[in-house]
Parts: sequence; C-alpha cells; structure tokens
Amino acid sequence: MRSNKIIGKIDIWLLIIYLALVTIGLLSIYAAAFNEAHPHIWDVSQNYGKQLVFIGVSLLVGFVILLIDAKFFNAFAYVIYGLSLICLLLVLFVGTKISGSTSWIQIGPISFQPSEFAKFGTALALAHYLGKIDTDPSKLKTRLVAYGIVLIPMLLILAQGDAGSASVFIIFLLVLYREGMGGKILLIGLAAATLFVLSLCVSKWYIMIGLVVLYAFFLLLIDRTKKNIWLLTVILIVSSAFVFSVDFAFHHVLKPHQQTRINIILGQEYDTKGVGYNLNQSMIAIGSGGFSGKGYLNGTMTKYNFVPEQHTDFIFCTIGEETGFVGSCLLVILYLSLVLRIIHLSERQRSPFSRIYGYGIACIFFFHFAINIGMTIGLVPVIGIPLPFLSYGGSSLLMFSIMLFVFLKQDANRMNIL
Amino acid sequence: MIKNKINYSQRKFVVGSIFILVAIILLIKLFIIQIVDDSYKLSYENNTLRYITQYPSRGKIFDRNGKLLVYNDAVYDLMVVPSQVKDIDTLSLCKLLNINDSIFNNYLNKASRYSRITPSIFLSQISKEDYGRIAETLYRFPGFYFQTRMIRQYPLSIAAHTLGSIGEVTKPEMDHDSYYTLGDYIGKSGIEKYYEKELRGKKGIKITVVDVHNREKERYMDGLYDTLPESGSDITLGLDAELQAYGEFLMDGKTGSIVAIEPSTGQILAMVTSPTYNPNQLVGRKRGINYSNLLNDPDKPLINRAISGVYPPGSTFKMVNGLVSLQSGVITANTAYPCNGPESTPIKCTHNHYSPVKLIDAIENSCNPYFWQAFQNMIEAKRFENQREAYKFWYDNVTSFGLGRAFKSDIPFTVSGNIPKIDFYDRMYNNVWNALTIRSLSIGQGEILVTPLQLANVAAAIGNEGYYYEPHYIKNFGEQGDSLSQDIPIDSSFITKHVINIRQGHFKSVKKGMQNVFEGQHGTARMSKIPGITVGGKTGTAENPHGLDHSIFMAFAPVDNPQIAIAVVVENAGFGSTWAAPIASLMIEKYIKGQISRPYLEQRVLTFNVTEE
Repeated sequence: MRSNKIIGKIDIWLLIIYLALVTIGLLSIYAAAFNEAHPHIWDVSQNYGKQLVFIGVSLLVGFVILLIDAKFFNAFAYVIYGLSLICLLLVLFVGTKISGSTSWIQIGPISFQPSEFAKFGTALALAHYLGKIDTDPSKLKTRLVAYGIVLIPMLLILAQGDAGSASVFIIFLLVLYREGMGGKILLIGLAAATLFVLSLCVSKWYIMIGLVVLYAFFLLLIDRTKKNIWLLTVILIVSSAFVFSVDFAFHHVLKPHQQTRINIILGQEYDTKGVGYNLNQSMIAIGSGGFSGKGYLNGTMTKYNFVPEQHTDFIFCTIGEETGFVGSCLLVILYLSLVLRIIHLSERQRSPFSRIYGYGIACIFFFHFAINIGMTIGLVPVIGIPLPFLSYGGSSLLMFSIMLFVFLKQDANRMNIL
Repeated sequence: MIKNKINYSQRKFVVGSIFILVAIILLIKLFIIQIVDDSYKLSYENNTLRYITQYPSRGKIFDRNGKLLVYNDAVYDLMVVPSQVKDIDTLSLCKLLNINDSIFNNYLNKASRYSRITPSIFLSQISKEDYGRIAETLYRFPGFYFQTRMIRQYPLSIAAHTLGSIGEVTKPEMDHDSYYTLGDYIGKSGIEKYYEKELRGKKGIKITVVDVHNREKERYMDGLYDTLPESGSDITLGLDAELQAYGEFLMDGKTGSIVAIEPSTGQILAMVTSPTYNPNQLVGRKRGINYSNLLNDPDKPLINRAISGVYPPGSTFKMVNGLVSLQSGVITANTAYPCNGPESTPIKCTHNHYSPVKLIDAIENSCNPYFWQAFQNMIEAKRFENQREAYKFWYDNVTSFGLGRAFKSDIPFTVSGNIPKIDFYDRMYNNVWNALTIRSLSIGQGEILVTPLQLANVAAAIGNEGYYYEPHYIKNFGEQGDSLSQDIPIDSSFITKHVINIRQGHFKSVKKGMQNVFEGQHGTARMSKIPGITVGGKTGTAENPHGLDHSIFMAFAPVDNPQIAIAVVVENAGFGSTWAAPIASLMIEKYIKGQISRPYLEQRVLTFNVTEE
C-alpha cells in the first residue's frame, strides 16, 4: 500500500536517466570485455555477467531504500558518517592492496571500497549539519565544522594513498557555496585554478571561446544593469589576461625541463609505459571513433585490449570509439541532465537536509563524470576514479545507486515534510 | 525561517553554470580529438593493423625440353607459442616428434626465453611425410602449429653453377632495393641472381586486425585493401638437361670444363665445370655450413671454370689466325708454306707431315711453322703502313670473335681473358718489337688467354661462318607452351647478331680443315670421329708452367648446319687429342643422336681421373 504511493511519487526522469546510464554501462562493459567464447551477456563468469548481477542487487537495494522511512537518513546521518569513518580507519590496518592503494576491505568473497561509502556518509552528515534549523552559515564555527566534516574523510583517504578518491571531496566546496559559504573567494580561486590548468592543457584560443560563451551565457542570465555588465566584462578581461599570462609564463619563463615536469603532472606528457600509456591508448581509441564511431562491438582498439582498465576507469573509451562524437555527446548530455535534474529537484525540497544532500550527490556525480571523461581525453591528469553507473565494479555501482535512491526517496517524500 | 538566514537559492545558477561550462569543455575537447585532429586515427591504424606479407611462389626453371630443373617445395616448421602451451601430454608429443623429453624441454625453454607470446620455430624443416603424420594429431597439443615455408629443390641435381642459389637477403641488398625486408630470400648466384626480379614475382599484403598481444583477430575491412601475391614467371633455359648431366658424368674426377652452345641462337646447351657440387647442398638449413665447406674446399668447386678459368688457347687459336690472315689478303686458301718438322725455326712442328702445306692441311696437322709464317707475313705485309697498323688489324679481327672481352648477358661473372693490346707490347719491349718478338701469338700461346666459354663461342662463330650471338642461358620466359609468360621478351641484345669482319668465303677452307681433323689421314682427332656425323674440330694443348699441360678441344657439328658448338678443357691432362677431343666427341654424339654408340670411348674417358694423380 504505502510502497505503491512512494513509488508513484518518485521522479520518473531521474529514474529513467539512471536506468539509461546503467544499461549503457552494461553494454559498454560487454563491448569492452567481449569474449567470443562467452557471447551471452548473462554469463556470470565474465565481467558483463557480473555487472548484470550488480545492477540487479543495486535495484533491489534501491527498492528497499524507497521502503525505508524518509526521516531515517536524516536521523542516522551522523551514525552512517561515523561508520564510514570507522571503515576508513579500518582499511588502513586490514585493507587489501589493489593497484597501488590500500583502499579495499575484503569480507569473504565481497570486497568494497570504504571511500565510496564515505562520500555518501559525508553528503549525509553535511546535509544534516547545515540543514539543522539553528545552523547559521555566516558564523565562523559553522564553516569550521562544515570544513571538518569534509576534511576528515578526505585526509583518511589520502592516508590510504588514494589521492584520486580524496580529490572528490573538494567538490563539496560547491555545496558549501550554495549554502552561503565560501562565496567570492572560493569562486575566484576555483575559476583561477580551472583556468590555470586549462591554459596548460588546451590551446588558449579554445579557452577564449569558452570564456566568451560563458560571458554571453551570464549576460542572458543576470539583470542587465550597467554595473553587472561592467563587472562581467571586467571578469572576462581579467580572465583572458590571466590565461595569456599563464600561457606566456609557461612557454617563455619556465625552462624546458620544468615545463616537462608540469606537463607530466598534468598528464600532458608521459612515459609510454606508465599512466601515459593508458592515456595515449585511450585518446587514440576515442579519437579513432570519428564522428559516428565504428559501430557497436566493432571498436578494435578497446575490444583487443589496447586500452588498459577499459572496463573500469577507461570505459568511456569504448563509447568514444564505438559510438564516436555523436555517442560521446549524448553521454555527456545525459550526465549533464542527471546533475542538473538533481539540483533542480533539490531546489524544490522543503527540507534543507534534502536540498543540501541533493547538491552533495549532484556534485559528487558531476566531479566523477567530468574528471573521468576529462582524463580519458587528456584534459585532466589521470586519476583513478570511476564513471558513475557505467564503470565495472559492484562496490561503486551500489554506492552510487544508494546515493541516488536515497535522494529519490527524499524527493518523493518532500510533501510530507512540514 | 530564521530572519537572518539569507536566501542563497540564486547560487543554483552558478552551480548549474559550472556544470554546463565543464560539459561544454569536454565536448570541445571531444570534438577536437574525434573530428578535427587526424593524428589519432593514424595512430590507431599503426596500433591495431598488421601488414602481413604474402609471399609469391618463385618462378620455376625448366630446360629446353621442358624438364624441370628447379621448383619450390614446401617444408614445414613446427611453431610454438609458449604461453598457449597448457596441459599437454608431453610424452606422446615427444613420441610423435621423435625426440626425447630433455630436448623437448630444452627447445621449449629456448622459445620461452625469446618470447612467451610470439611464435618461435620449435622444429624446422619437417619433411612432407612427417608433416602429414604429425599434423593429424597436432590439435591435441595447443600452442603448437605448422608454418609452411618454400625452399628451392633441384630434382636432377645438376648445373649448380648455372642455376645458382637463393639465400637470405643481406643488409646492403636491402638498402639497394626496398622490395626486400629482413628474412626475405634473394637470388645469390647464377640464374637465381640474374633473373631475380622476374623469378621473385610480387609480394601481396594481408591486413589483419590484431590485439595488444599481436594475435590476429580478423581481416581488415574484410580484405578490401589486401593484395594478392603474384607468382614469379617461370624461365625456360637453353640448357639441355641430359647433355648437362652427361657432361658432368664425363667430367667427374677431372678438373676442367665443358661449354656447349647452340650456334644458331647463342643459347648455352651445357656448361659443365668440374669439380662441382650438388645444388641441393645449398638449400635450407644446411646451406650455411655446406657453403663454407665448399668455400674452403682446396679443389675450389664453387669456381665456375667454364666462365672464369682462363687458358692459353694453344692450337685451337690457329683457325682465328688463319682467318685473319685470309682476310688481310696476305694468304689465300692455296698459299703453301714449308715445314721442316722439328727442325723448323723459330717455332718447331710437333707433328710429322708432308711439306709444304696449305691452310686446310696445316689445320689438320696443326702445323706450327705454317701459322708462324702466315702471321709473320701479315705483320710485315706491305699493304699495312707499318707493323703497328698490321697488329691493329689483327687485334680488331681477333676481338671481333668475342675474345678479349667479357660477355654481357645473363651469364654472370664472365671474364675477359686477354688479347694483348698494342700498348702492352709497346711498354713491354720499349716500342721496339716485330713479328718475331710476338711470335707465340701465331700458335695461341704467350699472352693470349681465353675462357672455355669464349672458345666455344669461337667454335660457334666458325660453324656459323662469320657470326655469333652473345652466349646466354635463357631460352624464353615461362614454361614451354605457356604463352602468357612468353609475352615477356628476353633481352634484345641476346638476339642481336654479332657479325665478324671476315668474309664468309674464308670460312669454307677453315671448316674443311677442321673437318679433316677428324676425317683426315693425319687428323689429330681421328680417333674421336663420330660415325654418321660430320664434325669440325681442333685440338689444342695449353702450356702450363705449373704442371702438366691442359688438354683443350673445340668443335662444332654437323659441319654444314651446326647444331652444337663445344669447347672442352681438361686441366693437367696433356695433349688435346688425348682427353678433350673424346669428351667433345661423346658430347656431340649425345646431343645429336641422343645416345652413345661408342661405349669403349666413354669407358676410356671415365678411367681418366686426374685428381688421383
């Protein structure tokens, strides 16, 4: 009875996007790991068969979450957060080492990454703390506690040696910003950092195009008062000057070996054996896809194992190679729809907890998809974080699904909040 | 709501904008690498496509009667990919391959050390019979498979020097011609070398998609860009396999050579050099060791004496001198010179005969004084301005027989021999010389050197009464009756007549003299006369300062319409009449009649074995 009501109220668009993403993921893993000896997608001895099982489990868990009382997650936010911190501590002592970092806990046949769990816990804890009726964002104490909630798991994950997963927590700054903290300094800092990295990675002319597009976009958005237009124009000029000076400094002030060092850090230059090899192969795979791709299951680069980690962190290669620019665009737009839909839904929440939690997971999804795709196409350094809902792996798929379903439940329940 | 809580909901636009901006950046970069920039597509092709060379089958070589001389045979290499060798019954595989398990492990380890995932040769050159037996059950042993390879086979085991051999291409050869890549085979000598471009055909290319371990997965674009290999063209030689084999049989145990030419075409009918070797020795995996053994053999079997051995022609040169004297006008066929036998000066006669003699008799009796007097009269003749002019006349006419120069044809490494130029004597005698000084030229001794090939060519030119074709091996491209390949013309210089400066009429008496060498009462080769065939020939004895003289003979037959011209040299065998003449006689009979009517002569030739002495 009750469950029917709940399911009737959940946001159907979000659910559709979710189902589309996991399906694309499954098909891509099938393509990436395609093995002629095991052509059936439900063959559980193969990665795609396993992923199918993970999807089933995720849907089951998601359904259970929809049945749980919506207040549960708000009430138990700190408990879940605390549990995730304990796991992070535990992993330091009993963790299993997989590809360089000790970030896995093995329980029988199941292994999971506490850092995935910690993202969820942190999103809940931050939402719970900031959502409390007596929290005043303008107070210094509030900010310190909020930063603390984010920093503790981040440092624990760094201690495991998993800088990639730790970097995800930076994105919570965007949540804090939305709730009135950080403001201008954060924005300027973020913008400057982004522009700095971008101007080293892409041609300055492409950045200029981006800046002008952004400028036009804001002009449409804001009240076009004289003061605002002036401000925007100044920002545009300052940004452009910044991009050009970084470009100049890099090419004319730094010595070649210093440039190389920075380039390696940024993934722009590489030894062909290490991470550079992955990136190089990955870009060749995606680039060779062309406009419309080579067709499903015809991606020779990915099918024949030229791209390492292609079913996990580099799953986007398969999509890029087999579906080309068209498919890549559609996927990017699908992700963009996911995060924009979540913040749109968040804004209609009555409960600040639900809103802040929504922003939290939107930012996590956003960071993952932007950084993951960015690294496969050489925009950002190669850091091993999965593509949400697409990458192979039970632990990450389950956690991303839980995050999303908890939000779906909150959203479905929004009218019941006084 | 608490009063002082400001509504920050406008900030959703900033967050949304950041999301959109980042997505746009991703799309721009995707646009660049997927659509704007081509370099990734090119890298992709290098990365996953393998261009596999399809080797054409090399052209076969036939003799003039269509007998197969050289063909390709498949041998099989058993290959192994160590990483794929799993759970095999080692014992039964060893049994199948006839090896014991320590050798098996040894080979497998060697292959593993080279690479676990790329194939290595496990056992090379397995015969067709063993291949059939092994291939039947090989499926039970994953990681092992057969790779076919072509080697050259010489079913008759003859004409090793003429046919030549192929071997792996060297660095300079690869630099010279980009057709070749490492491991390719190229003609190294003989026909295989000269006709390399025609025999090799054209490589094809198969493009396959491979995975990161270099394993072939599928045809690229279903074979759209593949090219098929084109087989090399076959070659038919002028060689007569039976005659060649017979010549090798006769020369066995002797040092020397036989060259037989078809006078009407210049095609080589047989070219025998002895000692020789079996061409199958220079094939396959034993090539290297056999080659160095042959190279170090003191008898030098790798040297082709027929084209690179040089000898003073001795009396066989008398016809050329006689013809040049006739042409100069100092003598006619009826001019007679006296001979005092062994008392003659400055050159004595080694034969006992009547005096005076005319040209025909002089040839029959190989009379030295006749040719000295004729030579002297020519050099001193009034019709020449001086002796130098006379010598130039002699030189030009002699060299018009193809003497003193290397032939330019498909017979590689021919040497020029020597017909001394006038400068040579100028330098040697300080410009003071006369007919007497250079008298040895009159009897084919001294500085004159010829190769057996040149001598055979002189026989052909005399038989033809004044012309010859550049001696060559090839008859035509393609197998006989295969009109397609025969469309490729052979080198036009091979079918261009070389006309000798001497009037055709002069040849009549010379040929008659040569016929008398067999048929005359005093003929130096009368013992070698062939019943039913008219033969014109001349014996010669080349003085050898290092030991016994070389026995030389040249001949053509039948006299009126020669089908074969031949030169025979047997080193250290004494007089030409003793050994070279019977060999030439047997060869001519074999070629014209197809069989031997004088087994006693053959027997006698075979009993001679110079290497035993």
